[in-house]
Amino acid sequence: MEDMLFYDRMQFAFTITFHYLFPQLTMGLSLMIVYFKWKFLRTKIDKYNDAAKFWMKIFALNFAMGVVTGIPMEFQFGTNWAKFSELTGGIIGQTLAMEGMFSFFLESSFLGLFLFGEKLLGHKLHFVTGFLVFLGSWASGYLIIATHSWMQYPVGYEILENGKFVLNNFSALFSNPWLLPSYLHNQLASIITSSFVVSAVGAFYLLNKKHTEFGKLFVKTGVIFGLISSVLVAFPTGDWTAKNVAKHQPVTFAAMEGIFETEEGGSEIVLIGQPNVLEKKLDNKIAVPNVLSFLTYQKWDAQIKGLNEFNEEDYPTNIPGLYYAYHIMVGLGTIFIGIMLLANIQLFREKLYKTKWILWGLMFMLPFPYIANTTGWYTAELGRQPWLVYNLLRTAEGASPTVSSGNTLFTLLGFIGLYLLLGLLFLILAGKIINKGPQLNQS
Amino acid sequence: MELFWYIVLMCMLAIYVILDGYDFGAGIIHLFFAKKEKDKKAITNAIGPFWDANEVWLIAAGGVLFFAFPTLYASSFSGFYLPLIIILWLLIFRAVGLELRGQIHNKMWESIWDKAFGISSLLLALFFGVALGNVVRGVNLGNVVNGVSTHEAHYFFLPLWNPTFSPQTEQLGIIDWFTLLLGIIGVVSLTIHGANWIIFKTNSNLNNKLKRIVFNLNFVLLGLIVISLLIWHIIEPKPFHNFLSNPWLWIFPVITLIGVLGLFNVKGFKKDGYGFLFSSLFLFGGLTSTVASIFPKVLPSTNTVNPDLTIYNVAAHDYGLSVGVYWFIIAIILVIAYFTIQYRVFKGKMDDVGYGEH
Repeated sequence: MEDMLFYDRMQFAFTITFHYLFPQLTMGLSLMIVYFKWKFLRTKIDKYNDAAKFWMKIFALNFAMGVVTGIPMEFQFGTNWAKFSELTGGIIGQTLAMEGMFSFFLESSFLGLFLFGEKLLGHKLHFVTGFLVFLGSWASGYLIIATHSWMQYPVGYEILENGKFVLNNFSALFSNPWLLPSYLHNQLASIITSSFVVSAVGAFYLLNKKHTEFGKLFVKTGVIFGLISSVLVAFPTGDWTAKNVAKHQPVTFAAMEGIFETEEGGSEIVLIGQPNVLEKKLDNKIAVPNVLSFLTYQKWDAQIKGLNEFNEEDYPTNIPGLYYAYHIMVGLGTIFIGIMLLANIQLFREKLYKTKWILWGLMFMLPFPYIANTTGWYTAELGRQPWLVYNLLRTAEGASPTVSSGNTLFTLLGFIGLYLLLGLLFLILAGKIINKGPQLNQS
Repeated sequence: MELFWYIVLMCMLAIYVILDGYDFGAGIIHLFFAKKEKDKKAITNAIGPFWDANEVWLIAAGGVLFFAFPTLYASSFSGFYLPLIIILWLLIFRAVGLELRGQIHNKMWESIWDKAFGISSLLLALFFGVALGNVVRGVNLGNVVNGVSTHEAHYFFLPLWNPTFSPQTEQLGIIDWFTLLLGIIGVVSLTIHGANWIIFKTNSNLNNKLKRIVFNLNFVLLGLIVISLLIWHIIEPKPFHNFLSNPWLWIFPVITLIGVLGLFNVKGFKKDGYGFLFSSLFLFGGLTSTVASIFPKVLPSTNTVNPDLTIYNVAAHDYGLSVGVYWFIIAIILVIAYFTIQYRVFKGKMDDVGYGEH
């Protein structure tokens, strides 16, 4: 029984982690492609159109990966989490079905037109199809976060005698206080990913002294989008999201901040340290007194409940994992602001394209926004444990009753093998597109 | 309300089968009949800009199933665990084959992805037929052993096959000779359907050969349907009871018959699109006749201990179903608009689209 739950969780975690590597770029990059295309329509400078067309190639590849790894997500609610689906399908089925009807059709219909229709449609309509693809991908994100928000903070429901969750207020799903902060936070994080990808490719061209016109354009666009999104992701949206956790999931908040004991006179903020769950303390701790209280409640001496105030059975299942996920996300987020700030200062002084160490830095930053996005989601998901629906349905109660651990392990191993192959193919093909570079005056 | 969502779901599934069906069929043709590079190119051009949007119908139908009939979604997706995951893998392989083939110009690379695309299309057509077979045959709900349920009444689990490959034992498998027969019908009918689509959308040299193939396979199809009707009583003693009590339901078998008989005239059609029209009628009629024969059951129980799953005992609560009607109507109008635009822009023959070239 324990094994079964473990493999079910591993399979969902693995497939969703791999899947989300792609949509985060899809959502951010679609915005930047629309920006390039818009810039072209306004200035009529071919460079912008060529840039849009170059990124569309990466986008198409990335989108295809997102689609093929996304279909298993929708299936797995039923295959591996049947009990959860049965009990809550009347509610989360709403938002998931809406995602299919409103965003997937929009994205997929216009993606074909966007990729193959430039000649047939002309530039203005081509821009419109690009915008609609962008809209579809962002609508998809919205409905997924609406689903996620309901699991974190259930609203608009009642529970029947047979344990089923029944919707009694449709609009509550969309006015959920958890939804807007999480959505904005997540979308900004996806713009960070695309900004870093675009500026990394630009830096690669500048350092290699090829396609330098595009190198400059990509670096400039990337660092400007990057600075704005890196700042906004931390404040106000990150702050807002964390306050939601502190208010509605105090035990999660204590675990992710590494607060084992309530401190009188205000809590310190932990910068570094390893959670020692057995002895209920942090090893090798470096912390700044009272700052956490101030950040959370704007009072230096506000009380923050430590883990000691809660029942152990309600502790997040994996406290060290949650703590690290959160600290990695916050640490990387801080580094992003730093490097983007430096890059923008050099851009303003018109020295950026010659400042090699920043270009190298931008290029090597490429994987880190992916890590930050992933650990951010781990913070949310590990933080919700041991619950599927917070405080109402435990994860152990949601798994499929008839699927044995042997069958789940079989499919988990299959997914691991298949996705490793997909990841390898993606890297080879994306590398090939980037190495070839943008083509001049294709239009 | 349940009936409304049942009809919506069945229509979405039928649209999915008609649309992605021609993709699978094109893949099968690609595997067996396209030898020259030019012919292969024509086939991928004919489906290239469409397959992704077509596949969305499956995801959207899955979403509507989850939302309107959560118990059926939970029961069938966990019970048919292995075949569903295998279908997912095949869908991934197929998409990857189609999208990656043109990325590197190398004979070996191209032939590997050609095979991946073709074989996964073939297996998907087979599996979807097998899936339909499983639904009408029914499953051992509650995993009853010796008259006692070992699970909750609406849960079950099926292995891929049992040692006897028989649909009449207590411990059933996904693949038995009955479901396999429906799988083969699936392969044959989608091959015909895919060929019709290629004839419709291209000027390839293959078209005349494809017309002959459609004509010949149509005899096979008709034969298989007659066989399946003759043995149908083995899995359902009263296969026609719904049709006898509701004579208007005969419209579905009649549509099927028009589709299959019309195809015998494939060589004489004045317009290239007629063949596709008739095979679409056949697929729509075949699917609807099959599900109509077991209505209101959606997953029959093969034991006497646990009741069948019907649209009434698997549906979500009334409020959710009613509120869904509003957004669904808005969404479906938008979807029809998208498809009209898409098919209008890519109307006519597709030989020059240059799909998959980078």
